[in-house]
Amino acid sequence: MNWFYFSSPSTFYGLAGRLAPWFFVAAALLAAWGLYLGLLVAPTDAQQGEVYRVIFIHVPTAWMSMFLYFVMACYCGLSLVFNTRLSAMMARAIAPTGALMTFLALWTGAFWGRPTWGTYWVWDARLTSELVLLFLYFGYMALANAFEDPRRGDRAAALLALIGVVNLPIIYFSVQWWNTLHQGSSVSFKGTSMHVTMLTGMLVMSASAWMYAIGATLVRVRSVILERERRTAWVRSLGAA
Amino acid sequence: MKPRTKRAVAIVGGLAALGVAAALVLNAFQSNLVFFFTPTQVAKKEVPLDRNFRVGGLVEGGTVVRHKDALNVSFKITDGAESVPVTYTGILPDLFKEGKGVVAEGRVGTDGVFKASQVLAKHDENYMPPEAAEALKQAGHPMAKENFAGQGGGNPR
Amino acid sequence: MTIWWKSWSDFWAMGGQAFFVWMSFGALLVAIVVEMLSLRLRRKRALDAIEEERDLETEN
Repeated sequence: MNWFYFSSPSTFYGLAGRLAPWFFVAAALLAAWGLYLGLLVAPTDAQQGEVYRVIFIHVPTAWMSMFLYFVMACYCGLSLVFNTRLSAMMARAIAPTGALMTFLALWTGAFWGRPTWGTYWVWDARLTSELVLLFLYFGYMALANAFEDPRRGDRAAALLALIGVVNLPIIYFSVQWWNTLHQGSSVSFKGTSMHVTMLTGMLVMSASAWMYAIGATLVRVRSVILERERRTAWVRSLGAA
Repeated sequence: MKPRTKRAVAIVGGLAALGVAAALVLNAFQSNLVFFFTPTQVAKKEVPLDRNFRVGGLVEGGTVVRHKDALNVSFKITDGAESVPVTYTGILPDLFKEGKGVVAEGRVGTDGVFKASQVLAKHDENYMPPEAAEALKQAGHPMAKENFAGQGGGNPR
Repeated sequence: MTIWWKSWSDFWAMGGQAFFVWMSFGALLVAIVVEMLSLRLRRKRALDAIEEERDLETEN
């Protein structure tokens, strides 16, 4: 098998188009299962009451916000080092979905924080670093589109994305390194402090968010490829047929 | 828009986003990485006495006194070693309970009492149905007590 | 796998915390709709741009 076959935008365009629907189907099925568990089956929480159910969106989106940034930064690194066209396009395609996940994590966190902590927002290390992540996504997108020559945009934005990776461990470990209002992690490499149905619901929702993010990225990268390659013969021949 | 104006707008936008991010980071590093101080730090006077700061710990059992009008409340925040007396006027968050995590913002008065302008509840990362929590409590499981996630309360540094 | 709620009204009330729960789940729904629309719009624009360029070429 030739691994480089699909690293060409023209072949990946077709592959992404064929794969994307399946990821959306998987996301929908997992979401149905996860929401059924989280909203209907899971018992209430002893401490917080029903409002803890926000966790079924909050944690999956917060995880994806960090994971997508990491994947985006990996593509940026690839595009800088090997000067590959497709990886830069993938990074561009991931950014909006990553920003959306970050926004959702912050938004749901606010509406979870109000009834439990007593405030929508505090400037503690966890919340602040997650907000910085949102601005990193915004900065990446603005910088990527700031140049006439998209390749220059790729390089400048990739540099920013790579510098911003520093923020990821800060977000993750903030609740251990500093005094924060945000609680520690319920799921870590050491184990979990969650009831089994609640945990299952949360993990299923996370899997759904993952599939959704892949689907959205694949659909978007097709548009990015069309935008960038519109003067090539293969794109021209697409609509002509 | 001309391409050049568009580019300029984009660059300014990008720089503004970066600037805001940097400002947030610096602001956080300056004063907010220490989101709250522990009662031990308050006792040792390792806190900024000239401005507002936050104290975090557990609400000491048996110290919560609600005054007649019910909006006035006093309690003690403890970290196991030291405790800080606090007075507060206002609505407490639902999760405010004796033995549970709390973060109060305010300043120490001349009488040594911490006058809070805001009281926030800090809950733990354990999620379980009431029956399970009750069972753990009866078994004397530490999970029912360790609700400060290793921060501040219980283990002063 | 028994259902936790006694009735649908129980479910919608979310133990009195309906506002916070549904503001969160509602935001998820809105976000997905917005992203789907933006993906569709972006694709349409990309295809339109290709079309435009092809037309320009045939004119000349």
